[in-house]
Amino acid sequence: MSGFLSLDRMGIVFETRNGPYRALQDVDLRIAQGEFVTVIGHSGCGKSTVLNIVAGLLRATEGGVLLENREVNSPGPERAVVFQNHSLLPWLTVYDNVRLAVDKVFRKTKSKIERDEWTRHNLRLVQMNNAADKRPSEISGGMKQRVGIARALAMEPKVLLMDEPFGALDALTRAHLQDALMTIHADLGNTVIMITHDVDEAVLLSDRIVMMTNGPAATVGKVLSVSLARPRKRLSLADDTEYNRCRADVMKFLYRQTETDDPRAA
Amino acid sequence: MSIGEATSEQTPDSTRMRWRRSGGAALVVRGLHRAVYPLLGVAVLLALWWYGGHLIASDPATESFAGFGPGPTFASLADLIRSGQLWGIAYPSLHRIGLGLLWATVLGVPIGVSIGYFRVAQETTHIPFQFLRMISPLAWMPIAVLAFASWDGAIVFLIIVAAIWPIIFSTAHGVKRIDPLWFRVARNLGAGGGQMLRRIILPAIGQDVFAGIRLAVGVAWIVLVPAEYLGVTSGLGYAINDARDTLAYNDLAAIVVVIGVLGYALDRICLFLIQHFSWRVEL
Ligand SMILES: Nc1ncnc2c1ncn2[C@@H]1O[C@H](COP(=O)(O)OP(=O)(O)OP(=O)(O)O)[C@@H](O)[C@H]1O
Ligand SMILES: [Mg+2]
Repeated sequence: MSGFLSLDRMGIVFETRNGPYRALQDVDLRIAQGEFVTVIGHSGCGKSTVLNIVAGLLRATEGGVLLENREVNSPGPERAVVFQNHSLLPWLTVYDNVRLAVDKVFRKTKSKIERDEWTRHNLRLVQMNNAADKRPSEISGGMKQRVGIARALAMEPKVLLMDEPFGALDALTRAHLQDALMTIHADLGNTVIMITHDVDEAVLLSDRIVMMTNGPAATVGKVLSVSLARPRKRLSLADDTEYNRCRADVMKFLYRQTETDDPRAA
Repeated sequence: MSIGEATSEQTPDSTRMRWRRSGGAALVVRGLHRAVYPLLGVAVLLALWWYGGHLIASDPATESFAGFGPGPTFASLADLIRSGQLWGIAYPSLHRIGLGLLWATVLGVPIGVSIGYFRVAQETTHIPFQFLRMISPLAWMPIAVLAFASWDGAIVFLIIVAAIWPIIFSTAHGVKRIDPLWFRVARNLGAGGGQMLRRIILPAIGQDVFAGIRLAVGVAWIVLVPAEYLGVTSGLGYAINDARDTLAYNDLAAIVVVIGVLGYALDRICLFLIQHFSWRVEL
């Protein structure tokens, strides 16, 4: 029994100038189709590395990734990545940035007209259809992130991989985008792995929260299921006991990691 | 979900720009910068030229050089244009420089991309290229004359030698400046090597390539005229030499003006292309 997406005893060693560095060890995780999983952990523990291995941008040195029982060993559009920032090509318009991905993925299966319509449809999903002809330098950070999400969604990926997609945004924009993402996830049922530093964001969005231990040799420390009914409303969650229990759980885990990191606390 | 309306989403630039554009005073200032100051610069140059011409013409010792003054020069220039001779003089030069720049670009861009992309290429070529770059293109002249059957071939070769370095170095610099994230974006889409080149590298370096070509045009245009002093019987350099030998100083000065104007025009074309292919880096 392997599940839709599984990470099997995955590990990676980087060759650095100071010799080999073991970043990850025995990362084990099963993710069901349509599940929304967030990964949380201290800076530098190896979250992006996990995501990059799933994306196929890095190769694990031990173990590996299976998607629908097939091994992942190269990058591909069925595992679309939403990068943290600056990932739009600045010489292309918003429309062309999304269209580039659409053309790449659907060149053989959709006609030109269908691809144009599909591009616009995905821009509408993130409310960016009105800025279609703008360049990345002419839109705000939040807008850029939305275009990045539209580009990833437009690839109709089996798995959506997001590396701190809202990390660089102000609180208000961030809240708007979280809501938009929840709506899209509810409508399309994507399988999502999202990295975040924000405990509230993790609890609000996830079906499960994967907490990682600190590196070197970081691994999955604890997995927490968030059994909050959807759709979730951020305002009513503030007094929800389950919400606060999850929040406290994650906080405790992160705090304990900090303590074990501190030599004086040993 | 109406995230489009969030106030934090507005581009801050647009409002500021509108503010700066408004007001009569701002318009006047912009007009000054656009037209008045450049014209003033040209007027000062013409005035100095006219005064120099006046001094030459009024001194009996230098009287015979009076053709260098702006009056005779522009009269001669008008003649050259009206008779259609000017095109016959300028065309061979433009043809040579066009051919030389074309070859320098065709050779220089791939070399520059390789140097920017592959560290090995950069490390291997660094010393030889810096060494070759420092040799004046005109120093190659005797070799060029021996190696090429025609004078035209030799001149085009000299232009290539002059023009290729800025193109190579500017291209390589452009490639090094490419954000590695864009390569990852392209790989995530499943793009291979050829698509990486066409979709990421070439559009990303367009402005650097044309900036290199712009520098190359500057050097090549300077090399062209002395190169045409030798052998060939056409082109701007030849026309200058010819005018000197026939003591037609007004023609000589007219050709000099043409060289300056054409050089300026070529530079503007390059500048236009740089701007056309440039994209602003995200903040
Ligand atoms: N290509 C690489 N070569 C060597 N070491 C690397 C490489 N990539 C990552 N590392 C190391 O692996 C560890 C994990 O890095 P990673 O970027 O995955 O952390 P992260 O959890 O995403 O951190 P952050 O929250 O700050 O983004 C770090 O110690 C980092 O220095
Ligand atoms: Mg990271």
